[in-house]
Amino acid sequence: MAYDKFEILKSSAVPLPIENVDTDQIIPARFLKATERKGFGDNLFRDWRYNPDNTPKEQFVLNNPTYSGKILVGGKNFGSGSSREHAAWAVYDYGFRCVVSSFFADIFRGNCLNIGVLPVQVSAEFLDKIFKAIEADPNTELEIDLPKQTITLLVTGEQESFDINGYKKENMLNGFDDIDYLTKMKDEIKDFADKRPF
Amino acid sequence: MSTTLFDKVWDSHVVRKIKDGPDVFFIDRHLIHEVTSPVAFLGLKERNNSVLFSGRTFATADHNTPTINQHLPVEDPLSANQLKALEENSAEWGISHWGLGHQNNGIVHVVGPENGITLPGATIVCGDSHTSTHGAFGAIAFGIGTSEVEMVLTSQCIMQPKPKKMRINITGELGLGVTPKDVALFIISKLTTSGATGYFVEYAGDVFKQMSMEGRMTVCNLSIEMGARGGIIAPDEKTFEYVKGRPLAPKGADWDKAMTYWETLTTDEDAVFDKELTFSASDIEPMITYGTNPGMGTGISNNIPSADQVEGGEATYKKSLDYMGYAEGEAMIGKHVDYVFIGSCTNGRIEDFRAFASIVKGKKKADNITAWLVPGSHIVEAKIKEEGLLDIFHEAGFVLREPGCSACLAMNDDKVPAGKVAVSTSNRNFEGRQGPGSKTLLASPLVAAATAVTGVVTDPRTLL
Repeated sequence: MAYDKFEILKSSAVPLPIENVDTDQIIPARFLKATERKGFGDNLFRDWRYNPDNTPKEQFVLNNPTYSGKILVGGKNFGSGSSREHAAWAVYDYGFRCVVSSFFADIFRGNCLNIGVLPVQVSAEFLDKIFKAIEADPNTELEIDLPKQTITLLVTGEQESFDINGYKKENMLNGFDDIDYLTKMKDEIKDFADKRPF
Repeated sequence: MSTTLFDKVWDSHVVRKIKDGPDVFFIDRHLIHEVTSPVAFLGLKERNNSVLFSGRTFATADHNTPTINQHLPVEDPLSANQLKALEENSAEWGISHWGLGHQNNGIVHVVGPENGITLPGATIVCGDSHTSTHGAFGAIAFGIGTSEVEMVLTSQCIMQPKPKKMRINITGELGLGVTPKDVALFIISKLTTSGATGYFVEYAGDVFKQMSMEGRMTVCNLSIEMGARGGIIAPDEKTFEYVKGRPLAPKGADWDKAMTYWETLTTDEDAVFDKELTFSASDIEPMITYGTNPGMGTGISNNIPSADQVEGGEATYKKSLDYMGYAEGEAMIGKHVDYVFIGSCTNGRIEDFRAFASIVKGKKKADNITAWLVPGSHIVEAKIKEEGLLDIFHEAGFVLREPGCSACLAMNDDKVPAGKVAVSTSNRNFEGRQGPGSKTLLASPLVAAATAVTGVVTDPRTLL
């Protein structure tokens, strides 16, 4: 019930070739004050995307109409820092369904998987190829095939496989989440809790 | 088979192992605050679920609270709304709630240990990445996302693949003016912000054995800044001494039973880690950061390294220095500073204020410095007064504010203005972390104090 099913995604991609993109850049703390999960996409990369007077920064990739798509391609160590799930919400709410990088921070990766954004980790070489292909043609498309666990640069056919554990893969394919699983285990959990020393 | 401390605690909390999937992992104690919990409670309602064990969750308000005039209504309507949501959700489900003005209120990672919520051998989570702090007690503690907050409320469990294990040993003795913060910033500077991603880190060796509980909390707190999910230190006499008598710690026969268990919480001598690193304490000096992530730190007497001396891409490195307005090869000592912030879950405990006082005593705050002294909790605040530190601060021209996360993430009004430079005892120097356009230099309370009285980045050893 939790989110849309994810099977095969074919889309152009938005490049962000910066390393160590932290969750404070993805969504600054001052935009975490909502009590509902709504509208976070408006503030995705807020301070890279807008000037202090709220006019768009022309040079930032999200303000450049040349680039669009449901895939965000980031540099190494994407999503480091704060555990704020709002960062993943902002990515999703903006319209991305997949983030590609050569390395993800742990909590961000987990948060993405929990809300239906697929984190695809590729080799540094493949990431470089993707950035170059987008540079050559901003409309170039990537295909993410979750059942086969592959990512393909359609223009050249170059392909790499990516890891995801079987449990999470099933969840993404079916649009299930962990709460669906855990609520079926309550009796087992209660028995376990009874045996805890504190 | 020989096992590590981490294995012992982790394995004893696995309710179910999923083949080719995560472990269903039981959480003993769950901390919540106003920013990352409201959507979790909404989710709970939308699914018609209820809180499974309300006695295992503890709420405190800290992230967006003002640090002056806490007795007045919170002016910012969005912050007030989040605080109200925390209060109402806690009341609805029978969860302990330490709101603004409550005597136990303070930063979630300060009040947990203070009140005995944090225990050796426990599993502790919170929707905040610095939950790693609690590992100082031999607990497995780490930050989670809001979906996971909802999982814990609903089922007292989360789904987690077991991380790999790393041990970081630091041998020898720390030199004069070198604090736990410097130890942590030193390790992060060696490992980079992603060097421990996928690992849970045990800190071992003389330095951590000698270290106070407050110091251990500072080190474990910063584990996330090298990408690790958490850090853990084997509990010892100091740990038990700290925990004993805390309001929510076990008492009487329960205490004795707990002690029997806690004394088993060590890493076996021949246990093997996936990765093991050893550093020498004598190589560590007071540290300061010069860039826009916590891995960009150096000994305070060093110059800013050139791009070819650091890991990672040159473009990212240059972008970072450009943001700071610094150039490769420049000295850090003597750099202009506008703000000094002491506080946060990293360095907002009594020992940090004692350290700050040890330097500013008998001196005066520099005129160009705006200083924010923010205790981690009301209990810390009370101790500052009790120990006479407040008088020292007042005489030196400093004012003490009320507890909260404050300028660490600048969700409240404690924002460093654009273009201004702050020396901060907090945990992140990301672009705009302390306010849009602000620049942060992370350092210890001693470096912060030395800078506060001289007005420029200063090596505290020159004032000790």
